[in-house]
Amino acid sequence: MTETKPAARPLSPHLQIYRPMLTMMMSIMHRITGAALYFGVILLVWWLLAVASSDNYFDLARGFFGHWFGLLILFGFTWALIHHALGGIRHLIWDTGRGFDPVTIEWMARANLAGSIILTVLLWVIAYGVVA
Amino acid sequence: MTMRTPLGKVRGLGSAKSGAEHWLLERVIALANLPLNLFLVIFILMHLGAARADIVESVRNPVVAGLLAMSLIAILWHMKLGMRAIIEDYVHGEAAKLTLLVLNSAYTVILGIAAIFAILKMSFGS
Repeated sequence: MTETKPAARPLSPHLQIYRPMLTMMMSIMHRITGAALYFGVILLVWWLLAVASSDNYFDLARGFFGHWFGLLILFGFTWALIHHALGGIRHLIWDTGRGFDPVTIEWMARANLAGSIILTVLLWVIAYGVVA
Repeated sequence: MTMRTPLGKVRGLGSAKSGAEHWLLERVIALANLPLNLFLVIFILMHLGAARADIVESVRNPVVAGLLAMSLIAILWHMKLGMRAIIEDYVHGEAAKLTLLVLNSAYTVILGIAAIFAILKMSFGS
């Protein structure tokens, strides 16, 4: 005797039938940046280990992060972190039951995107100020 | 062998009694990540171009070491919860899902141990 299978039910429409909207794109970006940061954190832990290990190892890590490719990764990392953090703040606001009306939801999405770019550039300007 | 439907089997059992706790934990850890990541960014900014000895000297301060450790734990815990949500959303095969969930735990715990080891080594030793 085989197990009774549930009746085939209609599936809800998936992504491809919707016209892309900003809020939808921001939701997808929140997940993508989160996943990217998940793997990017290896670099942070590697750096901590390098600092704790020896001058040679530290110089190796510094060489990597100072190379244009390392800087590019760090710039992307910065943007992903800020984008995900601002997205997280939006989610925490929603968790209180606020901010669901169409106007608020739209400007929060725009603020998230604009804020992530502005803060990333600002942070790197400060960083270059510190080094110089 | 049973002729009961999957729905019929679970009806009347009630919830697993841990859903709200899991939901709250996700939020609390996410909230903790905001100030701790801010600390981490400031810590890195303050040590850009610094010599290794100077960074180690900073971490010898127990408050700095504690905040660093808390940051890494909060980040990795948040990562573990977040990746679990992603896996549960997209991976439906039971074996693949379990494998990935175990790998997720292993990955975050190993990174956590490595980070704490580095922080303690700087804090106590070289």
